[in-house]
Amino acid sequence: MNYIVSDLKVVGTRPVRPDGVDKVTGRAVFAADTRGAGMLWGKILRSPHAHARIVSIDTSKAAALPGVKAVVTGADFPDIPSEEAFVGEGPMNFRDLSRNVMARGKVLYEGHALAAVAASTQAICDQALDLIDVQYEVLPFVIEVEAAMAPDAPVLHDDLFTSGVEPKATKASNIAKVVTFKKGDIEAGFKDAEVIVEGRYTTEPVHQAYIEPHACLATYAPDGQITIHASSQGHFMIRAYTAKLLGIDMANIRVNPAEIGGGFGGKTLIYLEPVAVALSKKTGRPVKIQMTREEVFRGSGPTSGATVEVKIGAKKDGTIVAAQQVLKFQAGAFPGSPINPGCMCGFAMYDLPNVDVVGYDVVSNRPKVAAYRAPGAPITSFAVESLMDDLARKLEMDPLVLRQKNAAKNGTKTHYGPTHVNIGFEQVLAAVESHPHWKTPVKPGQGRGLATGFWFNIGGESTAQVHVNEDGSITAATGSPDIGGSRASIGMMVAEVLGVPAERVRTVVADTASIGFTHVTGGSRVTFATGMAATQAAEKVVDELKKRAAMIWEIPVEAVDWHEGMAFPAGSNAGAFEPLDLAALALKAARTGGPINAEVALNAQGAGAGFGAHICDVSVDRETGQVTIERYTAVQDVGKAIHPSYVEGQIQGGAAQGIGWALNEEYIYNSKGQLENPGFLDYRCPVASDLPLIEAVLVEVPNPRHPFGARGVGEVPIVPPMAAVANAIRDAIGIRMPSLPMSPPKVRKALDLANGDD
Amino acid sequence: MPKVVISGNVGQRFTGGLAEFEVAATTFRRLVLELEQRFPGLGQQVEEGMAVAIDGEIYQDAYAAVLRPDSEIVLIPKIGGG
Repeated sequence: MNYIVSDLKVVGTRPVRPDGVDKVTGRAVFAADTRGAGMLWGKILRSPHAHARIVSIDTSKAAALPGVKAVVTGADFPDIPSEEAFVGEGPMNFRDLSRNVMARGKVLYEGHALAAVAASTQAICDQALDLIDVQYEVLPFVIEVEAAMAPDAPVLHDDLFTSGVEPKATKASNIAKVVTFKKGDIEAGFKDAEVIVEGRYTTEPVHQAYIEPHACLATYAPDGQITIHASSQGHFMIRAYTAKLLGIDMANIRVNPAEIGGGFGGKTLIYLEPVAVALSKKTGRPVKIQMTREEVFRGSGPTSGATVEVKIGAKKDGTIVAAQQVLKFQAGAFPGSPINPGCMCGFAMYDLPNVDVVGYDVVSNRPKVAAYRAPGAPITSFAVESLMDDLARKLEMDPLVLRQKNAAKNGTKTHYGPTHVNIGFEQVLAAVESHPHWKTPVKPGQGRGLATGFWFNIGGESTAQVHVNEDGSITAATGSPDIGGSRASIGMMVAEVLGVPAERVRTVVADTASIGFTHVTGGSRVTFATGMAATQAAEKVVDELKKRAAMIWEIPVEAVDWHEGMAFPAGSNAGAFEPLDLAALALKAARTGGPINAEVALNAQGAGAGFGAHICDVSVDRETGQVTIERYTAVQDVGKAIHPSYVEGQIQGGAAQGIGWALNEEYIYNSKGQLENPGFLDYRCPVASDLPLIEAVLVEVPNPRHPFGARGVGEVPIVPPMAAVANAIRDAIGIRMPSLPMSPPKVRKALDLANGDD
Repeated sequence: MPKVVISGNVGQRFTGGLAEFEVAATTFRRLVLELEQRFPGLGQQVEEGMAVAIDGEIYQDAYAAVLRPDSEIVLIPKIGGG
């Protein structure tokens, strides 16, 4: 059922976050906090070379070191056959996943894992890694995407042939696939255009930069039962992929979800768990592995860097008649960049008659990319929204008016096929127009930029349980790790249905043996999909509570109403009974049929798409090239904000990450293909003192497919920032910056070039 | 009859470039079977690696989804997230 917004008592309020006390007092248990009796430490040997054949690995000296209990290499893992799958949150081959976890034959990037040890201390592990003798045949390597596409580029995989081309490819290539999306007649569109703008843009790979490095504790019991404690965006994902890569039945693996210190898509894959299990199996003892920050950068996936070319044709009144895009995405060492969403999202905000988009998925000697908030969308939108700004200037048109003129609305057919339904982009743009930030003149010396963004949002499989405890309090259990506040939002939805305060419901994340399958926390799906399951479970509980009250009162169940957390007779004809609250009904549960609880498992469909628009004011220090964000406002259609503070936090966090992507974050490689900045000192994420308060403006266009109208909110806010910042810089200094990051040296160089200096 | 639309080359490589065609199917499950029969490999591709948008609403998995006679079914790549 759908609930009437004006009747809501809990949803839309701001109760104290349920995990707050544990987190601020340090009591929250993350994977690195877990211990096992007799626990060993595990550490991984990583390649110093960007590309090399493994000639031999001699582990004998390491194995003989006192304190070392086991050593594993690729030979200790099953050879997984090629099997295309949707791994985590993107396409990947299980064979590739296995070889990313532990190299076989070749190492494909600096940091690629190729052996691991288990020992009684971390120091002994480090000594043992030094004693592993690896003989390499160093091979030519390639880092950048267009260099990897060149005909003479070093080829990473002899068996990789470009898919999506005709005639069928017969020569191995680093171009894994070519995808195209077409709508209308692009040539006719450009012929019809009165103004044409075009640009070429580059972005760097950026890491999700979660605060908590990957960590896990694995215990292989003598009877073959495996227990894993891990930090991830999906403990069912860890169970499935560990089972797949080791050839173990899933029923023999139990994964306990630890608290998670950020994921942003980067924890939808596995890196450590099969290795820890293999070491535990060899030693018979629990093994813990935790990455250092350096390992996180060298060995886990960032999102793609890319080259994007865009061309837009419009009428003089601003009506866009043609739009074209070519995207080249780095996938890292194995195929599977977010090229499809990259191709689909760039123009999704607009109603365009003629569109042509081509995308390339390209491997190179970098860590395999992983999902990162709205995978692919920020990259493509940086290019499109930068060019939209240039188009507005060329047309001498307000950039907001240009976007309003071409905005997608209900019924707009996208270039990738589907027709938009129940979207709120026009409402978002209207909120920008009326916002004081947009209406306030730009301060002297500053520049203002506007950019928009889109993300699909997804639903998917979720399981939720609602239990009425013996005292009438409520426990809600789900299979969704809580990254962005889902314990609060789910508890609030359950409380709303049951008619009790939010504090009456305690929401927990259950392990893989205690609740049904639940897809990863990603794609902005949990409050939507798991929330839908929890709401339906709570509704079942209410139905059961009404039955129990009817039994106690000896009246038909149809004569029982439920509201404010109590059963009432439905009118005077039903009888004169005192209301029964949850505690009273729980007390009688044994006599009226036993425990009162419900579980709902579903595959949620109908996730409403999300749109956002960001306004950014900057100042630029012309001497140093440093860009300062002076004011930032992020407007977004959130459907219905279940807990507005969390929603605002999601928007602020996404914007902050996007600003880091825009201004500072990049991977710097040396001439040997080795990463030179694998730490937060040299890989510069924005910190609180770098940013003003980011004002989040919540536009609520309800999603009719969710009982409370919710849409996913976590991904849209990272889509517009790069172009919003770039457009603000353009406004401030009159120079278009087409290459990320727009770091001080690059801005200074652009200023020098504009001044005619070398 | 419901109309199938394929805007990308991932699906069109099975149809010889055909971007729009009508189908007799009345459910998504029957659509998959019909696609496999008419364009070998496409049904499997849809089953394993694609999502569909039925009248604008995206379904990642949609066996039970009903197709109306005037429905538009768009085959698109499967969508994840971060």
